Amino acid sequence: MLNDILKILEHDAQTTPRQIAEMTGMSQAEVSKLIKQALKDRTILKYKAIVNWDQVEDEHVWALIEVKLTPQKDVGFDSVAERIYRFPQTRTVYLVSGTYDLFVLVVGKSNHEIADFVSQKLSHIEGVNETVTQFVLKRYKEDGEIVEGHEEVKRQPVIL
Amino acid sequence: MVSKSKPGVYSKKYHISKRTNQLSPSGIRKFFDLLASIEGVISLGVGEPDYATPWHIVESAIESLEKGQTMYTSNLGMPELRQELARYLHHHYDLQYDPNTELLITVGVSEAMDLAMRAILDPGEEVIMPDPHYVAYDACVILAGGKAVTVPTYEEDGFELSAADVEARITDKTRAIFIGYPANPTGAVMSREKMGEIAEVAKHYGLLVVSDEIYAKLVYGVEHTCVAALPDMREHTILFGGFSKAYAMTGWRIGYAAAPKEIIAAMTKIHQYTMMCASTMAQVAAIEALRSGEESAAEMVEDYGRRRLVMVKGLCDIGLSCFEPKGAFYAFPSIKKTGMTSEEFAEALLKEEKVAVVPGSAFGDCGEGYVRCCYATSMADIEEALARMKRFVSKHQRS
Ligand SMILES: Cc1ncc(COP(=O)(O)O)c(C=O)c1O
Repeated sequence: MLNDILKILEHDAQTTPRQIAEMTGMSQAEVSKLIKQALKDRTILKYKAIVNWDQVEDEHVWALIEVKLTPQKDVGFDSVAERIYRFPQTRTVYLVSGTYDLFVLVVGKSNHEIADFVSQKLSHIEGVNETVTQFVLKRYKEDGEIVEGHEEVKRQPVIL
Repeated sequence: MVSKSKPGVYSKKYHISKRTNQLSPSGIRKFFDLLASIEGVISLGVGEPDYATPWHIVESAIESLEKGQTMYTSNLGMPELRQELARYLHHHYDLQYDPNTELLITVGVSEAMDLAMRAILDPGEEVIMPDPHYVAYDACVILAGGKAVTVPTYEEDGFELSAADVEARITDKTRAIFIGYPANPTGAVMSREKMGEIAEVAKHYGLLVVSDEIYAKLVYGVEHTCVAALPDMREHTILFGGFSKAYAMTGWRIGYAAAPKEIIAAMTKIHQYTMMCASTMAQVAAIEALRSGEESAAEMVEDYGRRRLVMVKGLCDIGLSCFEPKGAFYAFPSIKKTGMTSEEFAEALLKEEKVAVVPGSAFGDCGEGYVRCCYATSMADIEEALARMKRFVSKHQRS
């Protein structure tokens, strides 16, 4: 039941409890209750818009940063990760397998700002060993949504 | 040569065959010319998924083209596809069909229906079918020189076909019973029990059941009964299955027929002269759909299921009583309370509120008093269409 609600909301966060109730056959009160609970226990983290900033006059620079860490005694990677994800510039922080440890996505107003963040903040954090910064040149797809050149399929007015 | 007459109006200058003239001139033709001329129409008229084909299926076809798979295939269809199909039918219905002699890949279920009728009918022979039915059923029978005999079905019975009513129409000319469940236009599904009764009649009178199961995967909370899988029915059934609806592949034009080998041989004879083979890239795509399309199909069905509830509840709230469709993607509400015929209703709704639905009368006499609303369209469009229909119905309500 909750899974159904989550699927619908993940597809379109603006779907109202009334609509979800109609779509699933649950009562509206039940839907509202489950959503409220999901927000409270952070099953739903937040409702947000996926913005295509390229459409408006606003400088946004994105960078993917690969971070190699030295594990800290007792706390492993978690405490270093926290030191990093506390910075509001970081948008996504993942612990990953492979040649580096943390995948960090940062957003800034300019290349300069991101360079400053890496050299003056990130690389000074204890446990951070090495960073590789890759600037994003173009966003093709964002969180499952095609950014540019997305065309709605148009059906022909056929009848059968 | 180009006729100077208006589209839809047949010029007397050319001889058109009696057989063709016998087909009912689609009353909804002019209606859809009208539709094309109006801006901002929300269409609940189209009988196809609003999804594009799942990408993994599209991609497999693109790759085959890049590799130069651009030639004819065997008349029956690619061996790999027939093997996958045999596996599919065995897995889902425990049916055994020999991929070398009992399966034929066709250009949609549309072609399969035409082939089957031409293969089994002699002039004047009769085929029994429910009313209302999908528009091509009787057309195929007529084009094959046969006669369509309809059996009324009613909302009160969930538009299920009654075996007794079928039996009452059997004559010495009857060759087959042509059914299609889940049904277009009603969304009706036949229970296993009711289907079993039809099967018994067919066996008793030595008739074929021609079963269009193109919507087999599109059922909501009920099970689809495959006619061929009922006891001893394999030998009495021509089964049609498709990719158009379940995998959102209407434009690919691919489907199949499964039947005893004498029938497939006869159908193949016609197919080889008139079609050669189904499109090669579509066959490749169909293989991919059968091998790994289950999940994408299930996701779409889940989504149609949600829209179905919204549509049916919405129609009932407006006051258009609507029996609960258990399959396909159509709702078939009654518009009798407006006092209009279904054609008048559809035309006025289109002109006044810019919502397109299909008049039920297009599907047979028993469709009169109903309209077909396809809910394979976006939730936003469904809601807007319902709001417009609400306004329309309250305006036209007979007091
Ligand atoms: C009941 C039914 N059968 C067959 C078809 C045609 O299917 P295909 O695309 O496989 O030719 C349709 C399409 O609307 C249909 O509704």
